[in-house]
Amino acid sequence: MATAPVNDPIHQFKMNSIFDLFKVGDHQISFTNSALFMGITVLVIVGFLLMAAGRGALVPGRLQSVGELWYSFIRKMVDDMLGEEGAMFFPLVFSLFSFVLVANMIGMFPYFFTVTSQLIVTAALAVFVILLVVVVGIWKHGFHWFALFWPSGMPTILKLVVGPIEVISFLSRPVSLGLRLFGNMLAGHIVLKLFAGFVVSMIAAGGIAAVGSIAPMFMAVALTGMEFLVAFLQAFVFAVLTCVYLNDALHPGH
Amino acid sequence: MATTETTESTGAKGGHESGAFPPLDSSSFPSQLFWLVIFFGALYFLMSRLVLPKLGAILATRKAQIDGDMARAQALKDETEAAVRHYEKALGDAKANANDIARDTKSKVTSEIDGEQATLDGALAKKIKDAEARVAKAKAKAMESVEAIAGESAADIVSSLTGGKTTKAAVAKAIAASKG
Repeated sequence: MATAPVNDPIHQFKMNSIFDLFKVGDHQISFTNSALFMGITVLVIVGFLLMAAGRGALVPGRLQSVGELWYSFIRKMVDDMLGEEGAMFFPLVFSLFSFVLVANMIGMFPYFFTVTSQLIVTAALAVFVILLVVVVGIWKHGFHWFALFWPSGMPTILKLVVGPIEVISFLSRPVSLGLRLFGNMLAGHIVLKLFAGFVVSMIAAGGIAAVGSIAPMFMAVALTGMEFLVAFLQAFVFAVLTCVYLNDALHPGH
Repeated sequence: MATTETTESTGAKGGHESGAFPPLDSSSFPSQLFWLVIFFGALYFLMSRLVLPKLGAILATRKAQIDGDMARAQALKDETEAAVRHYEKALGDAKANANDIARDTKSKVTSEIDGEQATLDGALAKKIKDAEARVAKAKAKAMESVEAIAGESAADIVSSLTGGKTTKAAVAKAIAASKG
């Protein structure tokens, strides 16, 4: 572990157990660095928003303005896309957006673990969203909801073709939802680490290479800026797609 | 020490040492799922029960306050406009009233002046007529006297010139002849 090379771009995703809890069958349940940063993410969100809402001033200060902006941003998204009935999903969409956003942002700090670069985390969130869509769809519309996969207004022969396509497209939603976030965060961090590693090894090589290390240095700085954008954008995309899918559950006609 | 041992045991089960790509290493999945459920559940609970109602209440309070203030401002504005309209109406009424009074007074005064002028003109015309009549009478009388005086004077002149005596009849005859 301690012998792992410093500029191994994969090393940052390595899971370390901080303490072991118990075993479920063959599986060891441990409190890992991933879990630690999930906890930090939740603490940062709750702490920040409670501080922002703390005084509840009529004329908001800077901190409160950010909190209100955060709230209104998701509130408006949910209201616009899901309408009246969507209000019950607002806390969920808000939690998903905040969790992904803050986890991504914390991951931007050097030596910090990026929770959203773990496939199981993004996949679990995505599968949870899709299962929720199915449950809500059946709960609201009964088995009529499955008409979503049976397009109306076309010949039966076409329906037989389009129906399976609709099912496949629905089933690929959790895959694309989870993989998009995972892939973006993973690739971004690997590329950042690679360029930063180039800087170190080129300076170590000395001579012309040391002078030329300015190029990967520039790339690393530019990529860092872009990664902040990606961190926000992926959280936004995750929240928007959650709303789009939930809209299918609430209003399958559209 | 214990930490190092557990790390190694995790690693031995399929961690970095076994060559698995850490983000896809399924040996870490149960732990991550376990903690994700706990932490995301806690986040959802805290958001839906504590944080979001608090933020929502702040925004709702502000919206109510702003709406109330706007409504009050609108009411005050309406009130002001009503007062202005009322004032303008009163001003218009008063102006119309004043015009009426001025017109009435003017016509009354004019008719009074016209009446007085007419009576005065009448009186003056009568006076002028009387005076003219008196003048004509006086003139006629004076003319008579003039004839007599002229006759006497003529007789006197003739007698003093001729030394003779003149009769009135002769003088009168002469005058009549000269007049003729």
